[in-house]
Amino acid sequence: MNDTVPKQEVVAARGIKVAFGAVKALDGADLVIRAGECVGLVGHNGAGKSTIVNVINGGLTPQEGSVSYDGTPGLHGVAMARAHGVRCVFQELSLCPNLTVNENVRVMHADLKGASWRRRGLELVRRQLEETFPGHGIDCDSTVEDLSIAERQMVEIAISFTTVSQRPRLVILDEPTSSLDAGLAAQLMAYVRRFVKEGGSVLLISHILGEILSTSDRIVVMKDGKVVADKPATEFDTRRLVETMGSVVKEHGWKRTMGTKSGAPVLSRPALPGSTIQLEAFGGEIIGLAGLGGHGQTEALLDLYLSSSSNWWPTREPKMAFVAGDRGLNGTFGLWSILKNLSISSLKALSSRNMIDADCEDEVSERWKKRIEIRTPNMQNPILSLSGGNQQKVLFARALATTSKVVLMDDPMRGVDVGTKQEVYEILRAEAAAGRTFIWYSTEMDEIRLCDRVYVFRDGAIAAELVGEAITEPNVLAASFAGGEAA
Amino acid sequence: MNGFGPLVRKPWIWSFAATIIVWAVTVLFTGGASSLGLSQAALTFAAFSVIVGIGQMFVITLGPGNIDLSVPATMTLSGTLALKLMDVQDGMIVVGLVASILIGIAIGIGNYGLIKLLRIPPIIATLSMSFIVQSIAIWSNRGLRIKPPEVLAGFSTSYSFGIPNVALVALLLSLVAWVLLEKSIYGRWISAIGQSTFAARMAGIPVDGTRFATYVLCAVLASICGYLLASFSGGAALNMGAEYLLMSIAVVVIGGTAVAGGNSNIPGIWGASLFMFLVVSMLNTYGFGAGTRLILTGVIIIVVILAAGGKKALR
Repeated sequence: MNDTVPKQEVVAARGIKVAFGAVKALDGADLVIRAGECVGLVGHNGAGKSTIVNVINGGLTPQEGSVSYDGTPGLHGVAMARAHGVRCVFQELSLCPNLTVNENVRVMHADLKGASWRRRGLELVRRQLEETFPGHGIDCDSTVEDLSIAERQMVEIAISFTTVSQRPRLVILDEPTSSLDAGLAAQLMAYVRRFVKEGGSVLLISHILGEILSTSDRIVVMKDGKVVADKPATEFDTRRLVETMGSVVKEHGWKRTMGTKSGAPVLSRPALPGSTIQLEAFGGEIIGLAGLGGHGQTEALLDLYLSSSSNWWPTREPKMAFVAGDRGLNGTFGLWSILKNLSISSLKALSSRNMIDADCEDEVSERWKKRIEIRTPNMQNPILSLSGGNQQKVLFARALATTSKVVLMDDPMRGVDVGTKQEVYEILRAEAAAGRTFIWYSTEMDEIRLCDRVYVFRDGAIAAELVGEAITEPNVLAASFAGGEAA
Repeated sequence: MNGFGPLVRKPWIWSFAATIIVWAVTVLFTGGASSLGLSQAALTFAAFSVIVGIGQMFVITLGPGNIDLSVPATMTLSGTLALKLMDVQDGMIVVGLVASILIGIAIGIGNYGLIKLLRIPPIIATLSMSFIVQSIAIWSNRGLRIKPPEVLAGFSTSYSFGIPNVALVALLLSLVAWVLLEKSIYGRWISAIGQSTFAARMAGIPVDGTRFATYVLCAVLASICGYLLASFSGGAALNMGAEYLLMSIAVVVIGGTAVAGGNSNIPGIWGASLFMFLVVSMLNTYGFGAGTRLILTGVIIIVVILAAGGKKALR
């Protein structure tokens, strides 16, 4: 940071303009990444972060502007980017689920050749995983679909950092920690620092500002398709970063509804084997499911949901609604418009005699478009034309538009920007005040702290229940690790 | 962009374009003399394909792996039993129709029962079901050919306003299916299930109930078609459904319904059904032998599917 000689450029994109139809995704953005630095890239959903990444990795040709690798302009394309050592870990996981871990190494690294590629691939990925995530415990012979979402993310990151014949020079990490718990995220950030020290470059995109501030040398802030700030990380703190992104930092004006545990619970589940605590929820409560990633929280939510609704008969008043975290798996319907995706769970209320009232449906979707600020000119556009965060908003609206008394949320804030999060938190609070119950699995400590009551999961069962002021990071962490509850 | 833009993007447009071309080529050969007769014949035979095609389309919309192979056997059994029950009496026409619908419901329940209870893939479940159904048809038929009631035979072979009555029935059923697909909750549900069963379940859709209703609907449409076809052709035959196995699937695919599920359309089934009949009559008119005719039919179908699918790939 203190050297005056500019380091060698690895990738430079200058004056990039990209438009998708009427939507300007990038409007003259510049992004230069030099050797031996970690650049943090932050911005709202739809600010153009994923788009500029796609321009740099060659997947998208800009309508205007130039991209150069190693200072040589005029070259473009995915193959060219790879040849210059650019690797990318995508926000949407991109491993082949039906292949094993070492076979996926071969898919990503075409230069892994020869008769013994399986053995060498296995060795490479094992060594890399051990280096990046010491003590990971992933079986590299298993197929990817048998791994948890966090493990998949770890494997994908490790594969991208692996050297086969060419050392990676720039690794782009797009929301790498969104499915990792705090311990793994810290390991990854430490590895990024080591990698950068050895002369590699990293482009780090994250909504978790703490890790951006602690890991990056330089931070680039994007807003509405433009770069609005590009300064050394030391000149930023959380507040300034959020202000630059254009959203006002809100103080914790968050009041827990204390002592709402009144009357009969709206739902209760018997304790799972290995635990003595049963899951209960009362009207108007926000209940958090905490713990390390992949310790049975999602399974608990699915179990709750599936036991509440019939698979054979339509229910007039569905008791629960579900907000997916893994959108591609159990959230969006890719062939449909935003409108149809939003209304699918509340069709009963929008129709008479089982025929859908189109006006009524339009009215509801417009209302939610305004309330939750879905960024689209037209709700008839395909759902996949939205950015990831906006798709997530549609899934929120889908659940909130129902009349269900209980809303289950499966880590839904993955990849959602700070401003949107604040808006959604407020909507949640308002809905809870109106009597709705939320059961919220989150991997982010900030969100767990917003809950009235928290169940900490460990090894598929509830290890501890925390109420009110007792919901603190040390308490949650203590309960997350074996033997911690004794403290 | 001109006014044709939105039209060209409709997946069913290709089957209609192909139909018009084939029709024109055939009529040109005969110097225009056959245009009315050819059109009426095409509408009549297309009507049967349309009715079974709609049922198959609903099932295919449910997503990968969903298909009903019991369609031909259902048609045969429904035709056989309905004619036997009516026993040439005009007063029994409605009873016969109700009976054939009940047969369809029973077969649909059987199909989904096998799929769900035995956990076997639909392709195998419906195929095994069709063996059972076909055997019942053989056993009850015993080589007798019973004629349809006079009034029913008259209705199914005559015309109103120059349009064959069976085509009008098919049109009516298509309209009902269209409303069901585009306007009803059920239509949304099957499309959602076809895109992602897991997401559909988590959005609160009763997945099993919807799939069950769809298999029953398909079997009912097949049995109505069997009832009409037996009346039209002057009696039920054991092989009367045979050609409709391929036909019911082909019209769905050529009509532009996504084989991967989730996306379907009804106009395309009409285009494809007319096309399938006209191709055969065109090749007949030009005097090709049976072997050449089959090869050319296959080639033409592939070309139409490529033309329809190629546009989508460009997007």
